[in-house]
Amino acid sequence: MRLTCPLCGSRDRREFHYYGAADYLHRPAAEDAPDAWDIYLHLRDNPAGVVRDLWYHELGCAQWLIVTRNTVTHEISGVALVAESAK
Amino acid sequence: MRYSGLKVIWEGLTGNTGWAPAWRDPAPKAEYDAIIIGGGGHGLSTAYYLAKNHGMTNIAVLEKGYIGSGNIGRNTTIVRANYFLPGNSEFYSHSLKLWEGLESDLNYNVMHSQRGLINLFHSDGQRDAFVRRGNAMINQGDDAILLDRDGVREHLPYLDFEQTRFPIYGGLLHPRGGSARHDAVAWGYARGADQRGVDLIQNCEVTGIDIENGVVRGVQTTRGAIRAKKVGIIVAGRSSQVAAMAGMRLPIESHVLQAFVTEGLKPVINHVISFGMGHFYISQSDKGGLVFGGDLDFYASYASRGNLPMVEHVMEAGMTLMPMIGRAKVLRSWGGIMDMSPDGSPIIDKTHVEGLFLDCGWNYGGFKAVPASGWCMAHLMATGESHEVARKFRLNRFATGHLLDEEGTGSQHNLH
Repeated sequence: MRLTCPLCGSRDRREFHYYGAADYLHRPAAEDAPDAWDIYLHLRDNPAGVVRDLWYHELGCAQWLIVTRNTVTHEISGVALVAESAK
Repeated sequence: MRYSGLKVIWEGLTGNTGWAPAWRDPAPKAEYDAIIIGGGGHGLSTAYYLAKNHGMTNIAVLEKGYIGSGNIGRNTTIVRANYFLPGNSEFYSHSLKLWEGLESDLNYNVMHSQRGLINLFHSDGQRDAFVRRGNAMINQGDDAILLDRDGVREHLPYLDFEQTRFPIYGGLLHPRGGSARHDAVAWGYARGADQRGVDLIQNCEVTGIDIENGVVRGVQTTRGAIRAKKVGIIVAGRSSQVAAMAGMRLPIESHVLQAFVTEGLKPVINHVISFGMGHFYISQSDKGGLVFGGDLDFYASYASRGNLPMVEHVMEAGMTLMPMIGRAKVLRSWGGIMDMSPDGSPIIDKTHVEGLFLDCGWNYGGFKAVPASGWCMAHLMATGESHEVARKFRLNRFATGHLLDEEGTGSQHNLH
């Protein structure tokens, strides 16, 4: 598997750290109810198909990336910078 | 038909013409008392114990592929009861006791072999942790023996003890641990359930769950609608999809875990060995193949196949631990889809829908749990109450904070 980093180009999967579903971008506020934190930390759509998840270019530009990826075929259809995305 | 050694000899002498299919191939009925979605190890054992322990025989197991096509035929077959946390410890202890009586119970040779499991440790801190774990196992009534380096050397003389990165300090021996033939476990439970009247319906994919006023009424399948008073979802890596049919969003992420087997070799590895620092574990099958595996590929996946970096990592770990296997040729590798829960422990619980039950979250440790998972899920479905050894496997524990974090790494999807 290779990811095309918007800054570094096509790179080996081993340069990246997988963090999880893009749900992690929607962090509740500290005063939010425990349910909001349960949803944020634990509950997932977990689709068999196209998913958006967060990867960190650990051995590259150290940018957080949103990767659009198919969990059945491992096909990658998009890589964008979290910093430039609308979340 | 009852299997026996005499039967094998007789059939061998008479051309093997007297064997009958091990289970029927029935068409689905219009209604059952209970339906199990998923004909894997856990689903089959649930059906078996529903029939055997609770007298529920008007039940069906719906399998979208064929019996034994999922994780029950894709694992590395390790059977153990070396858990630490209250909640896990008594459950896996119960499971191991069921394993020990399984073959006579099922009248089926599942090739359960208690050859001993050795978990290696490589530092003083790890030794302390294993002493503590061993004491927990003994307190639970199971067995554990702490081995120093020479003790490990007596059992496993072929390991590389002097490696500089992870020198071997010793190991925790679990003599009752071992392995079993995974397909046989599926076949044995399938045959046992079928003999008690359970309908095993293969090539029957569930496409919807019928719910009226918060009560489950049945399921929609590729072979038509089937009514049922109770429905159990036991579908491992596909738990999120099936639960979504009932409007549920689960604390589950599906990941791929790879395993490998070499060509058949003469007996060389007599134990199950786990090398935690290298995320590597190995045993030798009765056919002679070295069966080994590593860690998750660490990204959500339903592909049933992994990527090369983890293949390389597993091979490196194996070579680090036991350089003698370097000349063995790998025959096959494959991946199974693991239903990973945030804290690494399973879920056996009711749902918000009356009559709908859930058994999932087995992470990468579901095989050894097959007997007790079925036992406890059957108890829950039949009585409506959690079995005493599975009472902490609650669906809402992530919301309430009653976690079962065996590894002590936290409760988030990227941590296990």
